[in-house]
Amino acid sequence: MVDHAGGGRPSGRPAPAVALPLFPVDVPGLLERLRLTAVATGTAALAVPAWILLILAIMAVPLSVIGIGLWIALIVVHGTATLVNVLRTIAEGLLDTDLPDHPVDGPRRSPLRLIATWVRDPRRWRELALVGFAATGGLALSLLPAGLLLSLPVHGTMLLVDGGSVWPVLTVLAVPMTALWWAGTPWLVRARALADAAILGHSQTRRLAERVVEVEKTRAELIDHSAAEVRRIERDLHDGAQARIAAVGMNVGLAERLMRTDPAAAAELLREAREGTVSALEDLRSVVRGIHPPALADSGLTGAVEALAVALPAPVTVTLRLPERLPAPVESALYFAVAECLANAVKHAAATRMWVTGVAEPGRVRLVVGDDGRGGADPRGSGLAGIARRLAAFDGTVAVESPAGGPTTVSLEVPWQS
Amino acid sequence: MAELRALIAEDQALLRVGLTRILESDGIEVVDAVQDAATLAAALAKDDFDVAILDVRLPPTFTTEGLTAATMARASRPALPVLVLSQHVEPIYARDLLADGQGSIGYLLKDRVADVDGFLAAVRQVAAGGTVLDPEVVAGLLTSRPDPVDRLTEREREVLTLMAQGRSNAAIGARLHVSEGAVTKHINSIFTKLDLPQAPDDNRRVLAVLAWLDGAGG
Repeated sequence: MVDHAGGGRPSGRPAPAVALPLFPVDVPGLLERLRLTAVATGTAALAVPAWILLILAIMAVPLSVIGIGLWIALIVVHGTATLVNVLRTIAEGLLDTDLPDHPVDGPRRSPLRLIATWVRDPRRWRELALVGFAATGGLALSLLPAGLLLSLPVHGTMLLVDGGSVWPVLTVLAVPMTALWWAGTPWLVRARALADAAILGHSQTRRLAERVVEVEKTRAELIDHSAAEVRRIERDLHDGAQARIAAVGMNVGLAERLMRTDPAAAAELLREAREGTVSALEDLRSVVRGIHPPALADSGLTGAVEALAVALPAPVTVTLRLPERLPAPVESALYFAVAECLANAVKHAAATRMWVTGVAEPGRVRLVVGDDGRGGADPRGSGLAGIARRLAAFDGTVAVESPAGGPTTVSLEVPWQS
Repeated sequence: MAELRALIAEDQALLRVGLTRILESDGIEVVDAVQDAATLAAALAKDDFDVAILDVRLPPTFTTEGLTAATMARASRPALPVLVLSQHVEPIYARDLLADGQGSIGYLLKDRVADVDGFLAAVRQVAAGGTVLDPEVVAGLLTSRPDPVDRLTEREREVLTLMAQGRSNAAIGARLHVSEGAVTKHINSIFTKLDLPQAPDDNRRVLAVLAWLDGAGG
């Protein structure tokens, strides 16, 4: 079970699904290229409906005068939507990203209204542009892989069947074509997908807009989280130090009153009061630890996690190779995340051994907390969900792997630039 | 039978024990010391006490269970003496408690319990039908309406604060080291400046002050 709590697709960088290495020249590489060639050829074939739609669209304009043009326009509207959907799905699969989807909306009451809405909507014109591209440049681009692949077998067959003097030359020339197919197919397929995506408006602006939505969401969650933290601290103070100090006051006040009449009782009350001040200070210290652990302030994340490990009942191996100091809020979030994971391991998983590893990789810091306990951790549980919320504020993610029977590993990742 | 019987509602064991000791040291019998809203409701229904000393926050929700219980108990038994204790005071709660105009109400910070004699005096005052407000509450009420109170002199403001704590003219005089006659003069001056009707008894004076603050704040 792998659950990316609070993660989701890292926006802004579509994974290069077509990143095929040139070498080795092997069967999986060949199969993948053949698959891509088939996809490209299929995409090229969509030029046929694209042409029909374009011709209908052009016909619809003059024919609208006699009414039938409106019905043709209606076919164009729905046909375009369907074709664009197919092209979008193909591009999404190739780019491993989500592309904007704008279903034909608006009141469905009258076809006239629908067409009017359609004409006014710039996104529909983008879709029509995509249809145009599919019928022309896109067609050429998507036909290339098949053309390059077929040149050798076609010319070779002609050489054998026809025997004309031109075929040996063409066959020889077809060999580099095949090499070009091997090298270029992934790029050609990707180029077509990128072009389609660009026409559909999968732009930087749109990605930024999505990012803003995401940031707003995590910020709201963080504010909720902070408010809950403040309430917890208030409660801790109220029930702990504040109550103890009030009790000390009562004891001292009563001792004062009893001093002359019952000195022994007064002395006992004062002793209790002194113990009360010690407890009150302990309470305050634990509240401070909950806000910002002194170990973290003194010795950074590595030292603080080591200090945490020493205090646990089961052995913890700490192997942290982290940058000297991370930004304070990131350190704090990671510290509490590790503390929560280790506490879970002891409390719920009955672990006998735990480990914390951490490395700084290019662009991110990655910590893994593992234990040999009984597994079955629920990533949606309040503890792990809280960690995910805290880390999400720094674009961090939490991945929990915890099969029943264990072991459990929790990976914490936060983007970080040295 | 003890001269005065008290009911305590306080969820923190340390404070429950401390309060019990302090009351018993002065011969006040503690008939019951409960720690949550449910047992408090049952104890209030038994009606075997002369004064109830309640914490504002009680389990289960730790919000204002004590206040709610006090208000409800006083609805069925008007002027039931209730002394509310809290770790922080809210003037708005004071207004709620005083709203029924029946007196027999106290609202103090838990800090004040450490002044054992003062606290015991407050308990007896509430049991006898008086009103005792924490200086913090009064200060909060005064600062919430600064404009007309600005017209008072420093000394008059001190007198008003002590009045709101339910003290008699003699007690105020002793506290401020002035004669009782001087206190009466200050009080008349305050009443004139704040357009308050003259009222002879302590409790009505406090209520008058608060009524004015409430009306002005409204």
